[in-house]
Amino acid sequence: MRVMAQVAMVMNLDKCIGCHTCSVTCKQTWTNREGVEYVWFNNVETKPGVGYPKRYEDQERWRGGWQLDARGRLKLRAGGRVKRLLNLFANPDLPDLDDYYEPATYDYDTLINAPAGPHTPVIRPKSAITGQDMAITWGANWEDDLGGAPEHAPADPNLAAMAEKVKLEFDKTFMFHLPRICEHCLNPACVAACPSGAMYKREEDGIVLVDQNRCRGWRMCVSSCPYKKVYVNHKTGKAEKCTFCFPRIEAGQPTVCAETCVGRLRYIGLILYDADAVLDAARAADPRDLLEAQRGVFLDPDDPAVVDAARASGISDDWIAAAQRSPIYRLAMRYRVALPLHPEYRTLPMVWYIPPLSPVLDAVTGVGADADDPDNVFHAITDLRIPLEYLASLFSAGDTEVVAGVLMKLSAMRAYMRARTVDGTVATDLLEPAGMAASDMEEMYRLLAIAKYDERYVVPAAHREDAAALAAQADGCSLDGDGGPGMSGFHPSGVTGRRGDGRLGLKLFIGKGTAS
Amino acid sequence: MTVALWAVVPYIALTIFVVGHVWRWRVDQFGWTSRTSQVLESRLLRLGSPLFHLGAFAAIGGHVLGLLVPKTWTEAAGVDEHLYHLVSVSAGTVAGLMVVAGLALLLARRLTNPRIRRATTRADKVLFTVLAAVILLGMTATVGQNLLGGGYDYRATIAVWFRGVLTFHPDPGLMADVPLIFQAHALSAWLLAAIWPFTRLVHVWSAPIAYLWRPYVVYRRRTARPAPARPFEREGASRR
Ligand code: SF4
Ligand code: SF4
Repeated sequence: MRVMAQVAMVMNLDKCIGCHTCSVTCKQTWTNREGVEYVWFNNVETKPGVGYPKRYEDQERWRGGWQLDARGRLKLRAGGRVKRLLNLFANPDLPDLDDYYEPATYDYDTLINAPAGPHTPVIRPKSAITGQDMAITWGANWEDDLGGAPEHAPADPNLAAMAEKVKLEFDKTFMFHLPRICEHCLNPACVAACPSGAMYKREEDGIVLVDQNRCRGWRMCVSSCPYKKVYVNHKTGKAEKCTFCFPRIEAGQPTVCAETCVGRLRYIGLILYDADAVLDAARAADPRDLLEAQRGVFLDPDDPAVVDAARASGISDDWIAAAQRSPIYRLAMRYRVALPLHPEYRTLPMVWYIPPLSPVLDAVTGVGADADDPDNVFHAITDLRIPLEYLASLFSAGDTEVVAGVLMKLSAMRAYMRARTVDGTVATDLLEPAGMAASDMEEMYRLLAIAKYDERYVVPAAHREDAAALAAQADGCSLDGDGGPGMSGFHPSGVTGRRGDGRLGLKLFIGKGTAS
Repeated sequence: MTVALWAVVPYIALTIFVVGHVWRWRVDQFGWTSRTSQVLESRLLRLGSPLFHLGAFAAIGGHVLGLLVPKTWTEAAGVDEHLYHLVSVSAGTVAGLMVVAGLALLLARRLTNPRIRRATTRADKVLFTVLAAVILLGMTATVGQNLLGGGYDYRATIAVWFRGVLTFHPDPGLMADVPLIFQAHALSAWLLAAIWPFTRLVHVWSAPIAYLWRPYVVYRRRTARPAPARPFEREGASRR
């Protein structure tokens, strides 16, 4: 057993109001630069919907993630090593800008500079890529709240897999929001596909990063990530991705998206796992076994044997203590209400989701029944095939029983707590079908409904002795420079400096204001 | 003049080539990239780029064969002048056509696609101009002289001179009477070598061959701190 620690996230989808605050604060922090205008490390998409980039879940087309070959071995879906090296010259699986969207800006100066005249001046959208006039026809969340869904949503790959067709008329449908960041997978396809070895998973906390100094722009990671969470910076020609806000995590703070989440629906904590068991788990023959296989990789931080093994692997006591308080472990393993997104991609993702009950509740209300009566909801969960199948294709490789089980627990918790607080009774009859003890039920309620900041985010700081070593060793950061995500004004001394796109140039030739 | 062109110019170019690469490698890892533009345009690139690259590999292979392998060796191997000529001209023409067609497509997308045009840097423009000159002169030499014309045995002059340059015994006299088109091709190639380290061509040296035997998933420690009983042997070690 080789114990490693991983910072992981769980999002409770019932609480997401689709406000995009997380996306905006993330963009302000990491991608408000030239070259990554179209990039959203955190995006929120409405489901059902085609997603961002369009139809990214269609792995027949984009060939992301892993699959098993005829002999049951794990292979990147994009093909073997030789084949992918031959595809270096042109990657057949790479989405292009139009699969994301063409970013736009406006000629705001017109408002100030327009000559006096009878009409109010108007601004027109200009492409941020070419500078030319453009019509805005798509965006990262074009189908927000199902806008345009009757036209576009049938292209959602999850719908295509369903037997019954979802009705997308306004009053007969269901919807929910799905915020997505990089999954910081245990078996990351992006890292495996990077020909330069520039991408890596950090041993200490499992965060997956791109070494900007070693990336050579082969763009294999972009297509091999099944979640399409690595992007090409078209100015620097290098790959960039969600960093799990590692500078904040090292300081013991939650990510920006979690910190600013309006719905307070994000949880961050540690998972201890057995690194030696990862590959076997990813090899489970039936995709529907992948969820349990991945759970089998996680280690119980309260088990003394695990604690000993963790210490032997160099994990410090404060980290072990943090793992024991981890909200992620509780949600995924103890209460078992959190599920991975698309486990069938076999990357063992580490951002998990509590599936939303709202599609079912909406359906119950839709037929005029009382959504507060647990019996109605229980029946709806098993009878309403459509939302269930849809959720299952997202969170359990199509296994509706898994999703139904989680939804049962969530609605049992609602009914149980309603009885507790409104009637003052303990509805023991609700505990057994949910398979939970009264204390667990109440603790889960507490965590999901009213948990405070330091219960939702249990992030142990990186060790100070490490930080000192880090500071002593660093004489510049690859994220710095005008083209890099750091932008903290690092400029190589001497006769050279960085241009706006991160290229090096003689200072003589660099325009004003880009290098000092 | 002969000495200047065929003994001085090569060494100036080679010096810039070597020193330039060392300098760039040391100060500009961040800029060391192929600067892919496939995200901005992929339709023409998917045809043009493989044509260009595979054609270029073939052409480079041909040059190694023609310039570095002495005539006596191939003859000793039983390849007579006629057979050599036949193979080199036909293979060279095919490779050349691939390169030219690929470059034409890549240039077309640079010039006609507004996204790519805007992403084109000054270094790119210089590079494309020089590259096009080298390739067109080389094609003219191969097709004009060796395929359609009477043929020219560059292995008796240019190849010997080139090996002399590389072994620091340059004999510029060998180049004096070489046909103009070959001279121009050679000079433009030195120019290409001189600008090489300052362009995106540096990505050539990063061809990721090691990927073929590397473990799939790479782990790295955040710091170089020695820890008690580390899970992995050394910093940067990668494991499955
Ligand atoms: S989700 Fe993140 S870690 Fe997983 S394959 Fe994609 S980029 Fe890599
Ligand atoms: S900030 Fe929170 S509630 Fe708002 S869209 Fe993001 S995840 Fe949903």
